[in-house]
Amino acid sequence: MRFGVIMFPGSNCDYDCWWAIKEVTGEEVDFIWHKEENITGFDCIVLPGGFSYGDYLRTGAIARFSPIMKKVKEFAERGGLVVGICNGFQILLEAGFLPGAMRKNKHLLFICKYIHLRVENPHTAFTNLCKKGQILRIPIAHFEGNYYATPDTLSTLQKKSQIIFRYCNKEGEITDEVNPNGSLDAIAGVCNERGNILGMMPHPERSCESILGSEDGKLIWKSIVTSLKRIKK
Amino acid sequence: MFKVKIYINLKEGVADPQGATIKHALDSIGYQKIGKVKTGKYLQLELDMHDKNKAREQIEDMCQKILVNPVIENYEYQIEEIK
Repeated sequence: MRFGVIMFPGSNCDYDCWWAIKEVTGEEVDFIWHKEENITGFDCIVLPGGFSYGDYLRTGAIARFSPIMKKVKEFAERGGLVVGICNGFQILLEAGFLPGAMRKNKHLLFICKYIHLRVENPHTAFTNLCKKGQILRIPIAHFEGNYYATPDTLSTLQKKSQIIFRYCNKEGEITDEVNPNGSLDAIAGVCNERGNILGMMPHPERSCESILGSEDGKLIWKSIVTSLKRIKK
Repeated sequence: MFKVKIYINLKEGVADPQGATIKHALDSIGYQKIGKVKTGKYLQLELDMHDKNKAREQIEDMCQKILVNPVIENYEYQIEEIK
């Protein structure tokens, strides 16, 4: 399978994604400069974390107008898999690919630490190797990860099982104390209705090798590969 | 030529932790009777146009397309004619 990792000016998790896909998962991967206007030949597009355009105006607000984003839209409309991690998630929200918006963390701190996530929906292209309720240990690193959606949007997300990950404790319980940033409904990751675009604040690319403290992130990359193989059959 | 002043605020009901922190600071310094504090953004830009209606149209378009996130933010603006 061939992955494409988009590089925006200010992306800084691009090489981590490249490493996780190439060296850990063993799949093909190439970088795509954000001014590129051709993304044919890719099976999955990754919008990595970082500080695209210095987070000026709002996180992701300027990157969404990069020329590549038109192509990503077409790619997603054809059913291609798109993953936005951290700043990548923020860009997908600003671009309207996913519903909702990000606010500053409730305690106004940049939080960089391992947290626990509960898999709410294992029936997606991104989580098919997980079990429902499985607890993953994956780090977060952000200042604006406080997810918000209107009550109507939240209820749609709940009804249509679009909430993929929620923050929890190591037993899998969801409480205010373990919600690191104040996200509505402890949401850490959502997908679109069609199920081919995922946005998540935690960084699976930083947790694929035991030397880094967890290998749980591999489940995401391997789930993607599994579903791509099914699609290609 | 116009000078445009754009004020962007969080919508009612959207948590504003910066506003809450500033209010807390004002309270603890000893200022009395501080109610709700809200933070926002202020942008100022020049528009080299002559028709005020067209200018308004363009400002609305810019606000809705990029300057404001309509999910969580409101905006208002003032236009001043300058030489």
